[in-house]
Amino acid sequence: MQANSKNFSATARAALLDEDLRAAMSRAEGGFVDTRKMAVEELDNFQEYREFARDTKNHVLQYLDHYLIEFESNVTAAGGQVHWAGNGEEASRIVTDICQRPGLSKITKGKSMVSEEFALNAGLETAGLQVVETDLGEYIIQLAKETPSHIIAPAVHKTKQAVTELFDRHHREAGYPRVVERLDIVNQARQVLRDHFCTADVGITGGNFLIAETGSVALVTNEGNGDLTANLPSIHIVIASIEKVIPDLKSLCGFLRLLGRSATGQAMSVYTTLLNGPKRAGDLDGPEEFHVVLVDNGRSAILGTPYQDILRCIKCGACMNHCPVYTSVGGHAYGWVYPGPMGSVITPLLVGQANAPDLPYACTLNGRCKTVCPVIIPLPDLLREHRNNLVATGHAGILQRYAMRVWSQVARRPALYNIMTRLYVLKLNLLSRLGPAYRRGSFKHIPLLGAWTSTRDFPVPQTTTFQAEWQKRGDHERAA
Amino acid sequence: MTASDRKQQAGQVALLVTCLSDLFRPQVARATVALIEKFGYQVDVPCQTCCGQPACNAGEQDKARALAEKMMDLFDPYEYVVAPSGSCAATMKEHYPGLFETGSPQHQKCLRLSEKTFELSTFLVDVLGASLERKQCFGDRNVRVAYHDSCSGLRELGIRSQPRKLLKERLGIDISEMPNSEICCGFGGLFCVKYPEISTRMADNKIKGIEDVEADMLLGGDLGCLMNIAGRLRRVGSKTRVYHYAELLVDADPGPAIGYRK
Repeated sequence: MQANSKNFSATARAALLDEDLRAAMSRAEGGFVDTRKMAVEELDNFQEYREFARDTKNHVLQYLDHYLIEFESNVTAAGGQVHWAGNGEEASRIVTDICQRPGLSKITKGKSMVSEEFALNAGLETAGLQVVETDLGEYIIQLAKETPSHIIAPAVHKTKQAVTELFDRHHREAGYPRVVERLDIVNQARQVLRDHFCTADVGITGGNFLIAETGSVALVTNEGNGDLTANLPSIHIVIASIEKVIPDLKSLCGFLRLLGRSATGQAMSVYTTLLNGPKRAGDLDGPEEFHVVLVDNGRSAILGTPYQDILRCIKCGACMNHCPVYTSVGGHAYGWVYPGPMGSVITPLLVGQANAPDLPYACTLNGRCKTVCPVIIPLPDLLREHRNNLVATGHAGILQRYAMRVWSQVARRPALYNIMTRLYVLKLNLLSRLGPAYRRGSFKHIPLLGAWTSTRDFPVPQTTTFQAEWQKRGDHERAA
Repeated sequence: MTASDRKQQAGQVALLVTCLSDLFRPQVARATVALIEKFGYQVDVPCQTCCGQPACNAGEQDKARALAEKMMDLFDPYEYVVAPSGSCAATMKEHYPGLFETGSPQHQKCLRLSEKTFELSTFLVDVLGASLERKQCFGDRNVRVAYHDSCSGLRELGIRSQPRKLLKERLGIDISEMPNSEICCGFGGLFCVKYPEISTRMADNKIKGIEDVEADMLLGGDLGCLMNIAGRLRRVGSKTRVYHYAELLVDADPGPAIGYRK
């Protein structure tokens, strides 16, 4: 997927004007935040699980090669095949090569964010294959020809009415009625997708965790579409990024306790499936072939850098649900696959800092994301690190750099600073007397401060600064 | 300053005025001085500039470092440094040490400064264990007061109960808790002028919380946030008045609110 993160300001401004988006986001935000809170409070040792998960992921990242090789050998032992993809293009080619074999034409697909990184669907379609997204949210945005705006709720930006229109347009020809109620919408999607599940040749899913000890892929879904995608077609392909590996089933238990609660406020998602190799002799169902494509696509380059902590991410979405910037502008404003706080950290790392210079600054450093992250990623600290780097490499905005230089020259000289600030407040005070501001006590407009005063009043200061006043008090005391 | 001057200052509290109070709300600095003096401490205001928070948050480490070194020297002689702002105190306490190499003399100096720097309410409650005598005020009348928990203070310094305790003790105020009291108001330093539209949306969300509890007055502990919220409230024609909590602790009838002349 082409990164459009350079245009954050413009896309965010447009998003703020979208009333449908505003309605959809405020509903979603409330739901996710409240349900997560309740689910977390149910466990009296949630914090211990967070620390366990943080430590486990740190350990895995330190020995990533070891665990990936262990995973590969156990997948192979179970009759599956592991493919290594250094970048998105390679991953796309590996998947396309499998799907282009004679006799295959229809692909069902469960949710996979990593496949968005290299626009897999577009690649497969170019190769003449039919791809059907089966997660309801993904299906909706596939019909709308959009990209996910949230990592676990890809169509969170869509209102119910918008889905009604979309379904009407795409399903009418096949004889489906117009559906308005939530349940009817879900049921219609279920009917339409059922046909695809039964006729697909290949199923592609993501993987939430890769378990090195057993070579299993843990798949967590709420709709059951993942299981139908994985088990009904004769070929199942899992696409997963390399940092998804964890040591063993025991640690999986810990991660599962965190994931459902952090993501949707569920103690456990509706379906949690461990997929182990292809169908064995005597199995009733399962695919004939089981492939796992391990995708690096920039991750290994993050190892050993100050940003390594971001690789602990288990893609729960809690940081964005709790981010007041994300919930104001929605996911598309961020311009690439991953939005919100985790997106603002990882996008510049995967597409290049120069291609996403706005994202690290699109944050007030309020720190709420860090308090809910199930693997305790210090997201605000990593955003600060990006800012330090953007400045050091000359990619920060010119205006900001210039303003900072002037300001710091003054701030380094207390005597000069005190004269300048006194003059500034005096000037503002006198300026206020020229118009109604003085009587109101606040300005509606100040030259050069339009970014503030276009939407907010600014208080009229008194004629001098506190420090000047204090100095005067000292002079009086000494005189007395 | 001579060596003997420095010695005499031991036991003194230095006020970190904070730029916004210095320029736009001297009442807050005055109230801070008055509150600390109440407990027998002498307050000094050494000639100062800015703690460097804007540079620190913008990624301008060189500039932040230069200011940090100035501030460390300036405040070295004092027993405590107190600021009427969670974000300025957090810059000195939490972010200065990261500007210098661990183990370097400057880093040591940072840690010393970090240990003795406090936001006003934490200084009064956590350090001094202060109790304030009760004063008659509007708290006895029917004035609804909301409190905005500024993010840096809340999440970096753990400020939540302290100002509420002081307001209750001093004025009998029970805060009308907003559902979104802990959600960012959209100020964010440079953020509010870099992304004014997003910032304004966030302020509007905050104002919804203020309206939910029908607050007549909004208090908080960080002038950046308070000027942002007050400025937006004034622009949309709300009647809610905004003050720094320190102003009320000193004077229950504290005069014009932020952005008002009367």
